[in-house]
Amino acid sequence: MYDDMVTARRYEERLQEEYLEGKQPSFDISAGPIPGELHLAAGHEASGAGVCAHLRDDDTVTAPHRPHHVAVAKGVDLKRMTAEIFGRETGLCRGKGGHMHLFDPDVNFACSGIIAEGCPPAVGAAMAAKKRNTDAVAVAFLGEGAIDQGGFFESLNLASVHDLPVVFVIEDNDWAISMPKERVTDVENGADRAGGFDLPGVRVDHDDAVAVHEAAGEAVGRARDGNGPTLLEVQVHRRMGHFMGDAEGYRPDADRERAEARDSVERIEADLADYGVDDDELAAIRERAESRVEEAIEWAKEQPEPDPGQAYEDVFTNPVGGAAATDPSAGAAGGDD
Amino acid sequence: MSRAMVEAVAAEMRADEEVFVMGEDVADYGGIFDSTEGLLEEFGHDRIMDVPISETGFIGAGVGAAQAGMRPIVELMFADFFGVAMDQIYNGMAKNTYMSGGAVSVPMVLTTAVGGTYNDAAQHSQTLYGTFAHLPGMKVVVPSTAYDAKGLMHTAVRDDDPVVYMFHKRLMGLGWMPAPPGPKTAVPEEEYTVPFGEADVKREGGDATVVTLGLHVHRALAAAEDLAEEGIDAEVIDLRTLVPLDEETVLESVGKTGRLVVVDEDYRSFGVTGELIALAAESNLDALDAVERVAMPDVPVPYARPLEEEVNPDSEAVAAAVRSVVE
Ligand SMILES: Cc1ncc(C[n+]2csc(CCOP(=O)(O)OP(=O)(O)O)c2C)c(N)n1
Repeated sequence: MYDDMVTARRYEERLQEEYLEGKQPSFDISAGPIPGELHLAAGHEASGAGVCAHLRDDDTVTAPHRPHHVAVAKGVDLKRMTAEIFGRETGLCRGKGGHMHLFDPDVNFACSGIIAEGCPPAVGAAMAAKKRNTDAVAVAFLGEGAIDQGGFFESLNLASVHDLPVVFVIEDNDWAISMPKERVTDVENGADRAGGFDLPGVRVDHDDAVAVHEAAGEAVGRARDGNGPTLLEVQVHRRMGHFMGDAEGYRPDADRERAEARDSVERIEADLADYGVDDDELAAIRERAESRVEEAIEWAKEQPEPDPGQAYEDVFTNPVGGAAATDPSAGAAGGDD
Repeated sequence: MSRAMVEAVAAEMRADEEVFVMGEDVADYGGIFDSTEGLLEEFGHDRIMDVPISETGFIGAGVGAAQAGMRPIVELMFADFFGVAMDQIYNGMAKNTYMSGGAVSVPMVLTTAVGGTYNDAAQHSQTLYGTFAHLPGMKVVVPSTAYDAKGLMHTAVRDDDPVVYMFHKRLMGLGWMPAPPGPKTAVPEEEYTVPFGEADVKREGGDATVVTLGLHVHRALAAAEDLAEEGIDAEVIDLRTLVPLDEETVLESVGKTGRLVVVDEDYRSFGVTGELIALAAESNLDALDAVERVAMPDVPVPYARPLEEEVNPDSEAVAAAVRSVVE
């Protein structure tokens, strides 16, 4: 767990550096080696690591627009994920998906950029496991801002009524971009949403990876044993802006300071020290994580960019009328503006 | 362009208590694309409402408030997110006037951001003009300059019908997404309206008609400048509204040039390009010497830069199409 957490933290620190390259002094979202939006998960690591510690490769995970810490903990190929974020041909999605749309079928991981969109497919994966009589489970991660979305409610109901092996994990960082939780949601505890659907709702406070691990163990075990879904909410903190470039003008300083003071990584370090794990051991794990991250980033940057013609491939698995779905000559010529 | 939009919204809100704004991050943030920047200070959280992430709920609530006689301006942050609220948009907002035999009207404005060019991939870069214009019952507005953005917004808020107001992110003048110089036009301080259904001939020319909208107005104008150096004189028409569509201006121009190029950042098939060419063909096939369309090929918008550049038509692609119809 500690390994996953520090790997995720280090990974995102490095992504942040790479992302800012070419975007300074004045921030231009389309400039630099990593264009587009980038949502970093610093402060969310405890939930990804604590939950995924109970998962196998054949368990399905759907993550939202802030996916890296979950991907790391689920065992997504770090090098190919990085190549994808850099828009390279050998990336997980051949450069077509980018950071919000990562797919790694080898470990049954997917994420998407539409709020609560991952909930129904997780229910579907759980349905498939149940129909096939396997003991695989599915986990959908979502933010606390996503729990007002219709797709989430419909998924809770469907999972509950069919007793499906799925766990919904709400990462409550108190903010949905600029909207504080209390202004848009009437319950303080998102796990209370479980009440109307006849499934257990559990909340874990304060970025505590060990407590998350325990609660998730119970929820995943319940699903695996055929006892149905659980709604688990984890208090995390957003240590930076919603996306890179978000100046957070709407956010009170006190709130940002509180987020910084409550760090899941520091907390697990303290816990491990209490358990008698010595500093050297932790330092060794950190070093390993750092070199793994560095290797992934270096590898990704050496990878080729996709050939423009590849834009026409992959629309269909079974292409309509030949190798590509659309005749490239019918589209626009390449451009540079 | 964003400031011009906001000026119009503020003026309408001052004039009419029934006008209010709701959407995600429209209050303290001022809209992710600055479309409501500064409104909170003047009007407060009651009239500039942040809402839960629940598009079905709040867009549908907009429909209900409009039917109750208010004039809501509701923001769908990215056009790409319409899917989660499609029913309220298509089956309610668009159809209630008709289904009620005119007994009900829905004076609501749905604002939404469109367009790519910054590598945000398939769920945040679509343009979807065709999708919204295809279903009857909604007026569809696409400003390309600050002047039009303000005038069209005044018209939209005052209109008794549902209006979808689609603004291109790249034209808003955001610090973090530089705009081309074209949209920064002068904007009169006083109120004025730009009527729906009046296309704007942005550049006159006799050799070919280029019809387009949104960001691609500026790409087409750049292409026309390049073509002028080669001795090709392209007319560039900015549609400004898709519904209603100014058929007359387009047909007049095609009658003059005989050559039509339609440029669209939306998908090629079943969309604006096919519609305009069909219009010209139906009206006067004999007047047409050549047609060409330039649009996004039928692929979801890819992430990597070389891939997105390949599919999103640039001014070079527009120029090439004009050359080919003029040849
Ligand atoms: C259907 C839909 N509506 C709006 C958005 C825009 N959006 C992206 S992230 C976000 C906030 C999400 O907040 P939360 O679920 O709490 O997750 P967090 O970003 O805090 O991790 C919003 C509104 C979207 N992607 N999809």
